[in-house]
Amino acid sequence: MMSIRVGGVCDPGSTRINKTGGWRTFRPVYDYDKCVKCKLCELLCPDMSVLEREDGYFQFDYDFCKGCGICANECPKGAISMVLEEK
Amino acid sequence: MKEIRIHGRGGQGSVTAAELLAVAAFEDGQFSQAFPAFGVERRGAPVQAFTRISDVPIRLRSQVYEPDYVIVQDPTLLEVVDVVKGAKDTGVIIINSEFDPEEFDLKTNAKVMTVNATKVALDIIGRPIVNTVLLGAFAGATGEIKPDSIVRAVKERFPGKIGDKNAEALIEAYNQIRGDA
Amino acid sequence: MAVIRDLNKDKMDVVEGSYAVAHSVKVCKPNVISAYPITPQTHIVEDLSQFIADGEIPNCEYINVESEFSALSALVGSSAVGARCYSATTSQGLELMHEVLFNVSGMRLPIVMTIANRAVSAPINIWNDQQDSISQRDTGWIQLYAEDLQEASDMHAQAYKIAEDKDVMLPVMACMDGFILSHVYEPLVLLEQDLVDEYLPPYEPEYKLDPKNPMTFGSFADPECYTEFRYLQQKAMDNALGKVEEAANDFYKTFGRYYGGLIDEYETEDAEIILMAMGSVIGTIKETIDKLRAKGVKVGLLKVRAFRPFPVEAIRNAIKNAKVVVAIDKNISLGLNEGALFTETKASLYNTSIDVPVIGRMIGHGGRDIPLSTIEKIIDDAVNVMKSGISVESQYADLKEELL
Repeated sequence: MMSIRVGGVCDPGSTRINKTGGWRTFRPVYDYDKCVKCKLCELLCPDMSVLEREDGYFQFDYDFCKGCGICANECPKGAISMVLEEK
Repeated sequence: MKEIRIHGRGGQGSVTAAELLAVAAFEDGQFSQAFPAFGVERRGAPVQAFTRISDVPIRLRSQVYEPDYVIVQDPTLLEVVDVVKGAKDTGVIIINSEFDPEEFDLKTNAKVMTVNATKVALDIIGRPIVNTVLLGAFAGATGEIKPDSIVRAVKERFPGKIGDKNAEALIEAYNQIRGDA
Repeated sequence: MAVIRDLNKDKMDVVEGSYAVAHSVKVCKPNVISAYPITPQTHIVEDLSQFIADGEIPNCEYINVESEFSALSALVGSSAVGARCYSATTSQGLELMHEVLFNVSGMRLPIVMTIANRAVSAPINIWNDQQDSISQRDTGWIQLYAEDLQEASDMHAQAYKIAEDKDVMLPVMACMDGFILSHVYEPLVLLEQDLVDEYLPPYEPEYKLDPKNPMTFGSFADPECYTEFRYLQQKAMDNALGKVEEAANDFYKTFGRYYGGLIDEYETEDAEIILMAMGSVIGTIKETIDKLRAKGVKVGLLKVRAFRPFPVEAIRNAIKNAKVVVAIDKNISLGLNEGALFTETKASLYNTSIDVPVIGRMIGHGGRDIPLSTIEKIIDDAVNVMKSGISVESQYADLKEELL
């Protein structure tokens, strides 16, 4: 085990290592036929788990998406559906 | 060790007088200590400040209860403060007053001396600021500190013309102090 | 080794206590000073702001803040980037910092802060006692108490030396009695810049906040490791015991002045009665001791310089041969009716073979003056304990019954 440094100083970015997507019950899924690239999902995601693709559409970072559903709720085109995770 | 108590009113420079006395005594080759009777300072309220002078470093931190010398900056204080309280029989009470010492009937065996510091200050400094003036009177009355040392301390604190005027006034008071020396 | 002073008058100046401390801070070359005014520490930060305005402290930021909470919080960030940091406060100001005090010590930031000790309200009282800093004894700060201006002034260089030691890395409160020391004029040797440069190396932290090399400070500690954080802080306090002594000894080697390390002793060698105290009352106690020694009373003084870390071993050694010990406190733990020095001294003797009666006497609260007669009365109490045992374990020695 790593010993505690003075004052508990530690290296940054430890949240990258701790992947928090595992507790998700529902996963958001895009219907790219409906998406108009309005970016509202990216703006509102509390976990920065909406990533922009090169083509201007978006994809989810399932390592960190907790499945809160805000994106699906707010999407003006109904382009995001919440699908039950199969664990 | 000699202990000095200064009575004044807030804003009259009693604390500065105590400090300058300490600086002057040190310039004279003695150890010294000065501090105010810490209060909630208000302009015009009776205040006290203390100075101790000694050949050896001073360790005592209490207020002064049995002063060797008392300086009264404002004669109206005599009506509201027991300025001679605890004064040693061998002590000296120096009062800023136009009257002769005999005019005062204070309950003390200490010697009473007076100097019209207000007049000296008005004549020379042009303002009724008597704290430095009374230090000159103190030197004259007690011989504890050389007047030159007080002049140096005053000039160091108030450089330029103000210091010069104060120095002139304190030397005048040094010469004018009344009472049997 | 007893107190050693430099009494060469050519090297001394008569200045106000606050100025002396401000000068000491200046020559320690701080990088960040945060300031919020509160009597009686205000003159210190005022003098420092003047030094800054006059360009006398290079490479230093002076931050005016809107509260004491902010004053110390500003230093948390500053210290984390590797700055040598300073602030001063007292009384309610220190109590307002309470939460941040823990942050500073827990993050192991070697900040030095002057406490111009003052009573705590209510009732409103601006005068001296030590309730303010004693009430912060469990916050993980080292606490040193000064006897006079020379010690208070010199203590600041020692404080940085101790705080920044790699085996310590803890903040230090340099405590001086408010007004009694902060506002007194007396001769002292102002801390010498050239010698400080020799004594106190620049602060070089092992870790610091730096955008080029990002680190996380003030991290989260869950139940898996919180205990170990605290354990390591206590370990650092244990290390500080030796470092406080070392800093005092090194200071003596460089400057030729010494006031004790964790403790200092005065006339204790053959003493039947030993008084224990902290701060400016030490001088008055020494005067009283000299007076009573001349009358044949075998009384001595144990000056406690370091209250945190509490010098358990040093105290045991100093008082083990006495017949009675009196701990004098300018603070009270309400509900226990004891001052902290008394409580902790008693605790230090329990479970040992030392069997010395200890009594506690509280004096000088809220600025009540401490004349020789108060100390003499306490020594009378001690004499009575020797004759007939303890009658009252702990009480005020300067209570005015007529006001009750």
